[in-house]
Amino acid sequence: MSKLKPIAVYIARGITLLLAVSICSFILASASPINPETRYRLSHPGVSDEKVAQMRDYWGIDEPPVQRYLGWLGGILRGDWGKSTSYRQPVLDVIGVRFKTSLALMLTAWTLSGLFGFGIGSLMAVFRGRPLDRIVKRVCLFMCSIPTFWIGLVFLAVFAAMLGWFPFGLAVPAGVPPEQVTLGQRIHHLILPALTLSFLSFSNLALHTREKLIDVYDSDFALFARARGESDTKILFRHGIRNALIPAITMQFGSFAELFGGSVFAENIFSYPGLGAAVSVAGTGATDIPLFLGIVMFSACFIFAGNLIANILTNLIDPRTKEAAR
Amino acid sequence: MLDVKNLSLSFRMYDGAFRRRDLKVIANLNVSVREGEILAVAGSSGSGKSLLAHAILGVLPKNAILEGEMLWFGKPLDAALQKKLRGHQLALVPQSVTYLDPLMRVGRQISKEKETVKELFGRYHLQDEVARRFPHELSGGMTRRILISAALAGEPKVVIADEPTPGLSPHLAEHAMKHFREIADSGSAVLLITHDIDLAVRFADRIAVFYAGTTVETANASDFADESLLRHPYSRALWRAMPQNGFSPTDGTQPYAGSLPAGCLYAPRCAMRTPECVSAPPEPRDIRGGEVSCLYAT
Amino acid sequence: MNRRLSAAITAGVILAVILAIYIGGTFLPESALRADFSQKGLPPSASHIFGTDFLGRDMFTRTVKGLSISLVIGAAASVISAFIALAVGVTAAMGRGWVDHAVNWFIDVFMSVPHTVLIILISVALARGVKGMLVGVAVTHWVGLARIIRGEVMQIRGRQYIAASRRFGKSPLWIARKHILPHMVPQFFVGLILLFPHAIMHESGLTFLGFGLPPEQPAIGIILSESMKYISGGAVWLAFFPGLSLVVLVLLIDKLGNTIRYLLEPREAQL
Repeated sequence: MSKLKPIAVYIARGITLLLAVSICSFILASASPINPETRYRLSHPGVSDEKVAQMRDYWGIDEPPVQRYLGWLGGILRGDWGKSTSYRQPVLDVIGVRFKTSLALMLTAWTLSGLFGFGIGSLMAVFRGRPLDRIVKRVCLFMCSIPTFWIGLVFLAVFAAMLGWFPFGLAVPAGVPPEQVTLGQRIHHLILPALTLSFLSFSNLALHTREKLIDVYDSDFALFARARGESDTKILFRHGIRNALIPAITMQFGSFAELFGGSVFAENIFSYPGLGAAVSVAGTGATDIPLFLGIVMFSACFIFAGNLIANILTNLIDPRTKEAAR
Repeated sequence: MLDVKNLSLSFRMYDGAFRRRDLKVIANLNVSVREGEILAVAGSSGSGKSLLAHAILGVLPKNAILEGEMLWFGKPLDAALQKKLRGHQLALVPQSVTYLDPLMRVGRQISKEKETVKELFGRYHLQDEVARRFPHELSGGMTRRILISAALAGEPKVVIADEPTPGLSPHLAEHAMKHFREIADSGSAVLLITHDIDLAVRFADRIAVFYAGTTVETANASDFADESLLRHPYSRALWRAMPQNGFSPTDGTQPYAGSLPAGCLYAPRCAMRTPECVSAPPEPRDIRGGEVSCLYAT
Repeated sequence: MNRRLSAAITAGVILAVILAIYIGGTFLPESALRADFSQKGLPPSASHIFGTDFLGRDMFTRTVKGLSISLVIGAAASVISAFIALAVGVTAAMGRGWVDHAVNWFIDVFMSVPHTVLIILISVALARGVKGMLVGVAVTHWVGLARIIRGEVMQIRGRQYIAASRRFGKSPLWIARKHILPHMVPQFFVGLILLFPHAIMHESGLTFLGFGLPPEQPAIGIILSESMKYISGGAVWLAFFPGLSLVVLVLLIDKLGNTIRYLLEPREAQL
């Protein structure tokens, strides 16, 4: 039972964080000079001041800020996240539909970077200090400095424009009714954006895994394993993976913020109709404040969920912390 | 069974990109273990004794350079043979719980064969349930028995025990030593590496006195009954430093690895030193049933 | 060769390159960026090593101009960010337990929203444009350095001369100024330089998405976002070389930071 205590504490802390995020983002959004009034005046040139006053009343922007905030927060808690001005739909519906599309992309990228990051990190560790390790390590460090948006453009240029292997964008072929889109077509459209998105966290994870595994190879228990006739490869499979996997999984679940941030770029470059693309739609032009605030809150929940899973994994799966909690 | 002759070990270190120097940690070491005996390699801490174990097993780091000769039943003990013997005929009993994988249940670390684990647990009075525990859930005594079991799973001919007793209560230490006695009595050889000369005297058959990376004397344990039975000035100094013999210290300190003197390593502290001692390391000689590396040993 | 000497030379060369980009871009004559329709859409060649765009502008010139803009904005954002980090880090380490907890909690609030989303939010709150982006990038990058500074101050705080000063009745502020801040100078300086690449990348990214610099400016983000339209037509050089230059600049500054760290604290740094 007391195993659950640290997790309960973590959740309580998470709720205070989410509340703080809601307050800060609400203040920031309200401070924006690009507010409903300026927007309304822009779209209705020569509108009378009485009409504007009427609209101000309708939007409720003359109410005290605290009251407005509480009204908004209450809506969030009740499941009424307001109405998106750019999509003319309830915010929650927009987020729901778009997140589903993004999820396919993020999950693919996340799995790819996880598998390859761990695999390449293990490879580097087995060949530690030798030329292969040194070269791959340099490449990984180089990859850490490459911005997502540029690598996306390079992929687009090479694999779509020059080689023609993949389409230029969108999640499905243009002009095909949704019910006729095959799974193959979806995957075909998914590959480039997913590769783009997996690029950054892949090299981080590889370097992290390399460090962890080298720690294992330098450990007393690896020495003992060697003294008992185990080879480097056997040590990797018998002890290395076991010891490096939990930190790697924790790191992957802790990388939801980068994943979400990266999806904004990947989806914009590949015109992928997910939540990331909606971020720039909500932020540009007339500024869709309800949608933007909704996405901020949603992304905060998403990141919190990732960190919570990471926390639970370290608390419940690792036998040492299990013992400590007892 | 296992003979180590004139063994030297150094580490290749790099200061910056091009400056290279070799750090010598073991010099002209001689040790041989016979069937059915416990041979203790005794010396103060930090003198590279563990590295001797790693050298015999062939698990030294990559920057280690080994010179000299190691023989296994008269055959050269090279990397290929070490690889064949490790974990079967040649086993290591490590120092502490950190030598067990913290995330693996101990049963699986001893052996994949459930029967072997069961049998070893029976021999060391461990309950079957312990096999399902993780290393951090073991008590000190259990850890000791687990580590010994892990070494014995391969039915070894030579067991190297590296500081098996620190951190154990006297009672448990005695227990551990009894296990080694049993192993020796069953026909294997035990190489016991320890800084505890007292323990060595009580349980070993012979004692190799280790000083600054070399063995100065190999004596029978019974020789430690009196100072006059010992051959090397350092062994005698060690004897005088034992609590029951007056606890008297010797001036000076052990030379640090990397700055070992050219001649006899003990010469800088030796009262019997002559110019010959400083010029070249003394050859080991057999005197009164023991082996000693000193020009003036009697 | 002496390692410190070669490190100093490396730092000097990188500084010279960065300075050259800055000067080249800032004092570029207006005419160099003018459209020339007789030269439009040319792939890289000897006369236009990065090619030209669809208004016939030389991409190399535009890239240098863009990088120089990035350098200025990156520098401003990192300086602001580094000072925030210093203030937060020292406060957390010098304050009582609850101050430290509060600061940690505050940092966690910052980390609960993706950086990209947070910068966009701040940028929107400040009516987008350069100011919004500058503030956005500055207030999202101090966390790492603040943690380093906090750790460092905690270490210094435990030393005996601090305890002695306290016993002499010196105020925490006095101790911070006289005994702690001077020790932080190398850390702070290196941290500031290492913030630089991140700031530049976020600036370009944000501009790329349309939240940063106005489209008239040839910032790298603008160049890359314009290039998207032409990639499908095969003009891949429009994206490739400017982006690669950005990556190289980022790596150079990173190397500069690590080299200077080595020069300042040879024992702790690894090259």
